[in-house]
Amino acid sequence: MITLVYLARLREALGAPAEKIELPVEVGTVAALLAWLRQRGGPWAAELAPGRAVRVAVNYDMAQADTPLKAGDEVALFPPVTGG
Amino acid sequence: MPVRIQTEDFDIAREIAALRGSDARIGAIAAFVGLVRDINDAATVNTLTLEHYPGMTEKALDDIVDQARARWSVHDVLVIHRVGELKPTEQIVLVIVAGAHRGEAFAACEFVMDYLKTRAPFWKKEQTQDGERWVEARASDEKKAARW
Repeated sequence: MITLVYLARLREALGAPAEKIELPVEVGTVAALLAWLRQRGGPWAAELAPGRAVRVAVNYDMAQADTPLKAGDEVALFPPVTGG
Repeated sequence: MPVRIQTEDFDIAREIAALRGSDARIGAIAAFVGLVRDINDAATVNTLTLEHYPGMTEKALDDIVDQARARWSVHDVLVIHRVGELKPTEQIVLVIVAGAHRGEAFAACEFVMDYLKTRAPFWKKEQTQDGERWVEARASDEKKAARW
């Protein structure tokens, strides 16, 4: 299982703050996870479409497309930050 | 604690006094305060709501402070960032850097703010006369952070 956390505009667009999912065997990286989530269609396909500004953190560290994923990870998806 | 996330307001004079204590090595203190403005992108802002990602926020800010301390010889750094609902004129963020000389204190303070704005997981939502909207990230902030 991994925990998915959605923040700010993404939480509202996707309609949930978090969920737990069983990591499919073919999903080994952040890029693969985004592609897998896009297959849900609807807001998932629209919000996570290639070219949309989506940032990903794995276990509280900023991640890249090739960052590996493993069971137990907390993966957060969010728009570019706007604090300060 | 060099990093605090809180809903309450802060008192800059009290925070500076606490940071410097009686440390006679400190010859310069640089401070930045970010405030809520009443106009943004041509709309009147009634309320600003700030959310963050608990857990990651503290880690990201700690990391930014560590980087500042590694790059400049400064004695102390404090970052306070508020979350929740804020009104125009209210204080949002405070960065204080204490060091021996002003050059390093100024630079480290600006570095912390530039990195905070592009790397710390906070998001602003504005309530305007036309309804709610999420604040968009600015390319100019990325440029400022890339200078360092």
